[in-house]
Amino acid sequence: MLLKITNLHASIKGKEILKGIDLEVNKGEIHAIMGPNGTGKSTLASVIAGKDEFEVTEGEILYNAKNLMTLSVEERAREGIFLGFQYPVEIPGVSMTNFMRTAVNEIRKYRGLDPLSAGEFLKMMEEKKKLVEITSNLTNRSVNEGFSGGEKKRNEIFQMAMLEPTLAILDETDSGLDIDALRVVANGVNKLRTPENAFVVITHYQRLLEYIIPDFVHVLFEGRIVKSGGKELALELEEKGYDWIKQQH
Amino acid sequence: MGSDSNNFISEYTSGEYKYGFHTEIDTEFAPIGLTEETIRYISARKNEPEFMLGYRLKAYRHWLTLKMPTWAHLEIPPIDFQDIIYYAAPKRKPELSSLDEVDPELLETFNKLGISLDEQKKLAGVAVDAVVDSVSVKTTFSETLSKYGIIFCSFSEAVQKHPDLVKQYMGSVVPYTDNFFAALNSAVFSDGSFCYIPKDVRCPIELSTYFRINAANTGQFERTLIVADEGAYVSYMEGCTAPQRDENQLHAAVVEIVALKDAEVKYSTVQNWYPGDKEGRGGIFNFVTKRGICKGSNAKISWTQVETGSAITWKYPSCILLGDNSVGEFYSVAVTNNHQQADTGSKMLHVGRNTRSTIISKGISAGKSNNSYRGLVRISKNAVNSRNYSQCDSLLLGDKCGAHTFPYIQTENKSSIVEHEATTSKISEDQLFYCQQRGIDTENAVGLIVNGYAKEVLKKLPMEFAVEAQKLLSISLEGSVG
Repeated sequence: MLLKITNLHASIKGKEILKGIDLEVNKGEIHAIMGPNGTGKSTLASVIAGKDEFEVTEGEILYNAKNLMTLSVEERAREGIFLGFQYPVEIPGVSMTNFMRTAVNEIRKYRGLDPLSAGEFLKMMEEKKKLVEITSNLTNRSVNEGFSGGEKKRNEIFQMAMLEPTLAILDETDSGLDIDALRVVANGVNKLRTPENAFVVITHYQRLLEYIIPDFVHVLFEGRIVKSGGKELALELEEKGYDWIKQQH
Repeated sequence: MGSDSNNFISEYTSGEYKYGFHTEIDTEFAPIGLTEETIRYISARKNEPEFMLGYRLKAYRHWLTLKMPTWAHLEIPPIDFQDIIYYAAPKRKPELSSLDEVDPELLETFNKLGISLDEQKKLAGVAVDAVVDSVSVKTTFSETLSKYGIIFCSFSEAVQKHPDLVKQYMGSVVPYTDNFFAALNSAVFSDGSFCYIPKDVRCPIELSTYFRINAANTGQFERTLIVADEGAYVSYMEGCTAPQRDENQLHAAVVEIVALKDAEVKYSTVQNWYPGDKEGRGGIFNFVTKRGICKGSNAKISWTQVETGSAITWKYPSCILLGDNSVGEFYSVAVTNNHQQADTGSKMLHVGRNTRSTIISKGISAGKSNNSYRGLVRISKNAVNSRNYSQCDSLLLGDKCGAHTFPYIQTENKSSIVEHEATTSKISEDQLFYCQQRGIDTENAVGLIVNGYAKEVLKKLPMEFAVEAQKLLSISLEGSVG
């Protein structure tokens, strides 16, 4: 098992957001996590990635049988956890190329590999750009600086392709995207999918799931997973709306 | 792909001042303290012509009437000017014709600093003048340069061999009456670099001076004079380091640049004097007067500085834009950490018509340090249609440091435009988290973000300096976040 979350409770500034999450993800699977706004979807993503403003008060997260709580944010990333951000931050003056080269080589170092030479790295970047259908010169620009909403999300997918994670969590990567950008994001996930990695796709709408077919759908409500099922659950949710869930709880 | 920030931290994990060693070199000193006798001693040691001694003595007598300036946003402990050795020279044979004759300990020093004075530098195409304590010990490449009619030598040599040029230009941009430290320097300066580029000559290589304070209790007072004749071009780099010592050491330099009609001078500094330890003990007091004059029309002077060292920095590289259409530029990154204090900026004095100036200042404060930008833009009555753009950004790391901006703007005509922009920002938690989530640790992330912040200035540096400067920024800020 790649990821095993057991009875996870987490709070921010004393306020409990996650109230006992259980989730199991195996290699080769795509999980969708859906739910109304403000129910803890992004918090779950941040806690797995290790953002320290959240305090884990109970429960555990095992990743490749390692206790994630003992690892720093960068160690988790180097172990293969990738978070696609809902609101990617701008880093002025730092070129995407330099940023990615630093990241790729840090991860390689952690895994005992030699750093890529400039030539090897540029070649890899061109390949990945092609793979995720990025034609613009965003790699020459500063990290997310002046990017449109769509460009920022594509850039997240590009970074995911570069870092080849074992577990990728996409936090509302579809929000604010037009249909073309949505397709680029979905195609990226579908092309990067292998039997050796897994995706957790967090989304508010069913729309993305027309392009990324999940193996499992979970509904997160008030800090708990209240319903799990196959891909048809997403359609049911779309049809009945989140009020259906709210009424049941 | 210019920078390779990945290697910075791993290379410099210790975080200590890397250049803090001192070398046991046989040194001769002037008697401690400052009197007319000291000045006569220095002048005699250097076998100077009468006009030099006269200049020094005038400067000294003027200095006696001055008090240390107190207007800077700095806390300067009292300096006992009678407790400083004003002249220290590595003992050596009188004439050096090859590197073999240089004191091996001295060569070892340069190796530790990562500068080799011979073939390597020639391959890199950089001519170096190295000044240790008070005297210039080796100037490379002079022969090659002389083919172009370029003079690049120690100041002492220039006084001996080119007294007319020295007489004509020394003190013409920074007169000894300019300020307290300029007067002091004019009285006791021991050596430095001299550079003359003849008419219409484009200097084919970067010129470079390396300053090193080695001996204890000594001050360093060097003087640099660069003259670019009509249509000439030169790019000049200056680097400096000092041993780690518990007491403070004084450095008071003067740099003068003269750019005649259509000439261009680029002056780049990476200042890495010993900054003192974490508790603020020791470190260099860096009081420097740097000024250039665009004497003829279409002349251009560009200052680029990366200031990471010194306990106290007091420094305002400036341009007098006298010629019509002349251009002045100032690009600065100043980093202060621990207990360092910096009060630095620029003066742009617009005198000629259609003159343009740009000031880009990036201050980075960490620890308990204080970092001030102080700049003057003056557009005089005749400087019609002139333009200045100033941008002063401050980046704060942590909440115990300070950033201050003191812009002074004076305009005496209505056809000119002066713009001033200032921002203050912090490295955000979100930026750090984003980097960490991509596998980059905090120190590396800070290095990346800070280098990105300073990019506008760093890209103005000559290539080989840019790499050194990027490393320095990361090292200077190690341990300042998290």
